[in-house]
Amino acid sequence: MSSPLTRDEVAYVAKLARLRLSDEELTTFTSQLGQVLEHAADMSTLDLAGVVATAHPFGLVNVLRDDVIRPSLDRDVVLAMAPEADDGRFAVPSILGEAP
Amino acid sequence: MRSALAIAADVREGVLSAATTTATALGAIHARNEELNVFLHVDDEAALALAASIDDRIARGEVLGPLAGVPIAIKDNLCQTGVPTTCSSKILDGWRPPYNATVIDRLLAAGAVPVGKTNLDEFAMGSSTENSAFGPTRNPLDPTRVPGGSSGGSAAAVAADMTPLSIGSDTGGSIRQPAALCGIVGMKPTYGLVSRYGLIAFASSLDQIGPFAKTVADAALLLEVLAGHDPMDSTSLREPSPSLLSHVDDGVAGKRIGIVKELYEGADESVIEAVMGAVAVLREAGATIVELSIPELRLGLSAYYLIAPAEASSNLARFDGVRFGLRVDAPDVTAMMEATRTAGFGAEVKRRIMLGTYALSAGYFDAYYGQALKVRTLTIDAFARAYREVDVLIGATTPGVAFEFGTKTKDPMAMYLNDVFTIPTNLAGDPAVSVPFGTGEAGLPIGVQLLGPGRSEAQLFAAARVLEIADGRS
Amino acid sequence: MNLPNGWEMVVGLEVHTELLTRSKLFCGCANHFGAEPNTNVCPVCLGLPGSLPVLNEDAVELAMRIGMALHCTIAPSTFHRKNYFYPDQSKDYQITQYDLPINSAGYLDLPDGSRVSIERAHMEEDTGKSTHLGGSGRLAGADRSLVDYNRCGVPLVEIVSGPDIRSSAQARDYASELRGILIATGASDGRLEEGSMRFDANVSVRKANDPLGTRCEIKNLNSLRSLQRAIEFEALRQVELLEDGGTVRQETRHWDEGLGETSTLRVKEDADDYRYFRDPDLVELSPDQAWQDRVRAALPPMPAERRAKLTARLVNPVPAQLDAVEVVIDLGLEPYVNAAIDAGADPALAIARAANELAGGLDDIAKLTSAAFTTTVLLEQAGELSSTQAKTVLSELLANGGDPKAIAAAKGFEQLSSDSLGATVASLIEANPDEWSRYRDGDEKLAQFFIGQVMKLTKGQANGKAVIAELQTRR
Repeated sequence: MSSPLTRDEVAYVAKLARLRLSDEELTTFTSQLGQVLEHAADMSTLDLAGVVATAHPFGLVNVLRDDVIRPSLDRDVVLAMAPEADDGRFAVPSILGEAP
Repeated sequence: MRSALAIAADVREGVLSAATTTATALGAIHARNEELNVFLHVDDEAALALAASIDDRIARGEVLGPLAGVPIAIKDNLCQTGVPTTCSSKILDGWRPPYNATVIDRLLAAGAVPVGKTNLDEFAMGSSTENSAFGPTRNPLDPTRVPGGSSGGSAAAVAADMTPLSIGSDTGGSIRQPAALCGIVGMKPTYGLVSRYGLIAFASSLDQIGPFAKTVADAALLLEVLAGHDPMDSTSLREPSPSLLSHVDDGVAGKRIGIVKELYEGADESVIEAVMGAVAVLREAGATIVELSIPELRLGLSAYYLIAPAEASSNLARFDGVRFGLRVDAPDVTAMMEATRTAGFGAEVKRRIMLGTYALSAGYFDAYYGQALKVRTLTIDAFARAYREVDVLIGATTPGVAFEFGTKTKDPMAMYLNDVFTIPTNLAGDPAVSVPFGTGEAGLPIGVQLLGPGRSEAQLFAAARVLEIADGRS
Repeated sequence: MNLPNGWEMVVGLEVHTELLTRSKLFCGCANHFGAEPNTNVCPVCLGLPGSLPVLNEDAVELAMRIGMALHCTIAPSTFHRKNYFYPDQSKDYQITQYDLPINSAGYLDLPDGSRVSIERAHMEEDTGKSTHLGGSGRLAGADRSLVDYNRCGVPLVEIVSGPDIRSSAQARDYASELRGILIATGASDGRLEEGSMRFDANVSVRKANDPLGTRCEIKNLNSLRSLQRAIEFEALRQVELLEDGGTVRQETRHWDEGLGETSTLRVKEDADDYRYFRDPDLVELSPDQAWQDRVRAALPPMPAERRAKLTARLVNPVPAQLDAVEVVIDLGLEPYVNAAIDAGADPALAIARAANELAGGLDDIAKLTSAAFTTTVLLEQAGELSSTQAKTVLSELLANGGDPKAIAAAKGFEQLSSDSLGATVASLIEANPDEWSRYRDGDEKLAQFFIGQVMKLTKGQANGKAVIAELQTRR
């Protein structure tokens, strides 16, 4: 029985999610994810054209806060968490592409 | 172990000191933690120091909160300033948050003494606590079996009499299911009743923090402390904390209770028997019983296993080695992120991130995630229709009792099926409680589940109390 | 600038502006440019595990003002997550608006009478800032980057125009007019050099009436000049490419101000899959009619309306005067001008003095009171100050404040009335017939002779230009 999703699709998704999978994992995941999606097929046969997705189950709207400044974290505390910091900033290895 | 209510009364009246209650808890923890692996982190010194300060304040005549001197265990996906918070994952090994979750602030304001962080399935993804990067937790009632998950550690802490109270989180059943498997009370409150600020998110539209306790009254007391509006959480309900403890003995006379076919069919014989036994007790106690079928509930599993991973795939993107936690070095930042996430996440977490990413990806959104959101609306509407006929619904919490290690880990779907009775309430945002009732295979406890409409925790506790009394444990 | 051979350019602009709120969009950290790195951060904008966003009410108010100023429809809206990994994006997703933005379907009329449609003006959060080490400080060739999250979470409104712009000049006008509007609403300070306003241009070319060509996006242009130059370069580049038989590749390009050219930044081979979905941590935003009405009622007049009102005070304005009006409105100087005109000043003179003399001293504008400006202009108008003297007084007022009459007295300014100057010049002409006839025949240098003589006679009180004017009328 073929899986609803292909190995190539799984590889593409892994890249999107910044995960590196071994060949073995690719195979296993393709099969496992396929099973879950097949199980989900019971939903895809339903005609839900008129049904609208629910935002908040109890209909909360317009949750806002006043524009007041609240204390920020101490910078020492912030940088202490950093795997690497330099000159008050978080250091990362070279960024290869521009931001979207 | 004495109940939290009793301990709190003793401490308040000066019969017992917070130092003593805390030392007792720490002693119980250290006696069995190596065997059971309940706690990932315990700080004796800090707990005793906090207890001492509580005793000082009482001595000075201060009136403290309703949990003053009561030790409590915290699931390790809740942020506590300066305390290691790992979500049972290597990617957060050693991370100490610089802030408290709102529930922690509320517990401290109530005088509770957090004694340590408990084990869970990594990032709350699982039903057995076998997915922890730091080893599984063993069920205190039978250490060859799982305590359930994802809040296995918190459930075990209470079941093992280490602390009278603990808190966990429930996204698809992660409080109720371990409560059932460990023979204690566990509740998932109404979505938005308890602030999620500081709870490390798994699925934002489903997660809720809730109480574990040995008794219904203790669970109600704890939930009162946790609940209420929080301006730091946009999804937090606007009302203040409801009154729950005072309604625990309201009984069920005159209530209409629906027994739902889809919430027990397929379960073990002994579980179904227990549910029917519970129904009989409630009828005896004056409730009218109605038989119901809510077919929409059967779609819950599929919808959940698309919605939850989709949200999780986005919530877990921030674990990238840049600002905190694990970093595995590489020549460029993309390679670094990949290497970090690959090394830091376990298999189940990776599986769900992949599933969620796929469900949201271009070309598949409508078929999977979009469709699941609509099924969710169907579920909400179906429950709403049911609650126009009845006040409370009853069913099983889990298909069976605690299972042995390794029996469901080969096939993810087998593990997912554990949640079939608990998931629908998460989708609807409604509250539900699991209360121990009867025993099954090998004398292991069974949990019966009571469900209600939004903000009906008081009547759920009242019904659970009736069952608790009948079950002879309290 | 016209493209050759019947090609036309089709341009759409995306403009991002930071909002002038005190705190960030979803947390209480200060929204403040120039602070020490990572000192305005908290669990929310740092994206720490467990943190949650809560929407800033004032940001919504400012977003509505922008929408109303651009004639948009204000509608209930939701926030979505745009998922992508990047170190300056602290959650590795941006909270933005997707299919249900707060403002949509508006337009902007330009001074030349053309109208550019506004597809949407939605709310979103800004990213942190990276600096790159190694290489030349630019991204390519850097071996490390350092990230500052102070800007992460600052509120933005992104304004997307329709592809209605047909020239680089029109693009510049659009950007300039939009900037004026954003400043007028109080939503933005329009400081391009600080990055509080940024332009992205989508450029394609086609022969008239052909379907739209493939477009390229030029990102992060941060001045009106570079916006115009970049669009011109890119349109020409595409035309040349197509005339050579090539095809335009859909891509994002970077404008190099120094080299004066765009270059490939990123090819859009497979569109980035952002997996947009509604953010479950936020609820629907639906500003009620009462709130919308309050915002609308408090909306100040926009530049176009203000220009029209001031222009109406001129009689038969010439182009130079219209330009001056634009400068006055652009710089927010019309309170000075209107007060002077109300007190009797000649509109053209008041506008000219404001546009020319005050424009350069905006940093010190607070030192100049409206009364002082009015007095100075009226003095000049009455002939008690020469124009040069009036300009000097204004300059002094900007530098040190004070009272115009006192300043004039201190500097010894007593303008000769034009009658007495005329009489003086006439008498000098009579007294110097040779010099006068050589001047009349075209020897301009003799103007200086006569100025010198006038100065001697008037003890330096005369205005050189006024003397020349007198000489010329008598030529």
